[in-house]
Amino acid sequence: MTKLGQWLCGLALLGSAWAALALAPPELQPPAPVRQALLPLPFYLLVAFGCYSLATVGYRLATFNDCEEAAAELQEHIKAARADLHRRGLRL
Amino acid sequence: MAARGPERVSVLLPTYNERDNLPLVVWLLARTFSESGIDFEIIIIDDGSPDGTQEIAQQLEKIYGSDKIVSWSLFLFSSGTAYIHGMKYATGNFIVIMDADLSHHVRLLYVLKQKEGNFDIVSGTRYKGNGGVYGWDLKRKLISRGANFLTQVLLRPGASDLTGSFRLYRKEVLQKLMEKCVSKGYVFQMEMIVRARQLGYTIGEVPISFVDRVYGESKLGGNEIVSFLKGLLTLFATT
Repeated sequence: MTKLGQWLCGLALLGSAWAALALAPPELQPPAPVRQALLPLPFYLLVAFGCYSLATVGYRLATFNDCEEAAAELQEHIKAARADLHRRGLRL
Repeated sequence: MAARGPERVSVLLPTYNERDNLPLVVWLLARTFSESGIDFEIIIIDDGSPDGTQEIAQQLEKIYGSDKIVSWSLFLFSSGTAYIHGMKYATGNFIVIMDADLSHHVRLLYVLKQKEGNFDIVSGTRYKGNGGVYGWDLKRKLISRGANFLTQVLLRPGASDLTGSFRLYRKEVLQKLMEKCVSKGYVFQMEMIVRARQLGYTIGEVPISFVDRVYGESKLGGNEIVSFLKGLLTLFATT
């Protein structure tokens, strides 16, 4: 199954469970406090995911390594490479 | 039969207008491999560069010998066809795919890591360990992290860096993946990892330093972002 397929299945499952509880006829409805939390639940989850995303990307951005040493080392290597290649006969 | 470690590594280097970077990359690779005693060859596949890259490649072939450097000149290809062509002539049992633009600091870690874990694929990552970047502004870093986050959520690929293109593959694994992958450009690199996971291949990771192009320009504009998103959604819907 493709990832899209997995997502659609998952959403269909959760969606129908939520709809069944939210749209239940009066006799089968869950108690009032549960209903109050249940109805806006999809929205809350979306907002929670949004916050998680922002926090995660922000954290990863802040901890993104800057390779100063590697860059300096590369410059050294480039100098050595050009000298050595010239010695061996490379003509640019 | 147990899989063997690297006995000979073939490096595939597709090039376009890399006259300045090519000799440096080849020198770094040659030095890294000979210092470690690992047998290697470098296959340069040039896309008819107008700047004389092919001529430089031929000089390098003379300097290092034809058993170590092989150069080809093709026209109007994608990186996919460059790899297919390169693999036909590769004599190593492991293949390294990397960019010739000096954005990957050549590291021996790859081969070592493969030996350590007997992985089918070793992939470079900028996002873990002491991997990282140099010369990137905040905007570029943000886009990179944001795109990677989206990729992780949608594809759950099991590798932390899908668009970095510095990888070591077991030859049979690369051949199998090339048959199965259909995308172009760097989306192709992403697809390889996703398919590799689906086929049950083992993937090891090594931190790499992505030093921004020493010569030449890097592009990350609106066009690149749009085509990345298109590619990501295509992979999401088809794999």
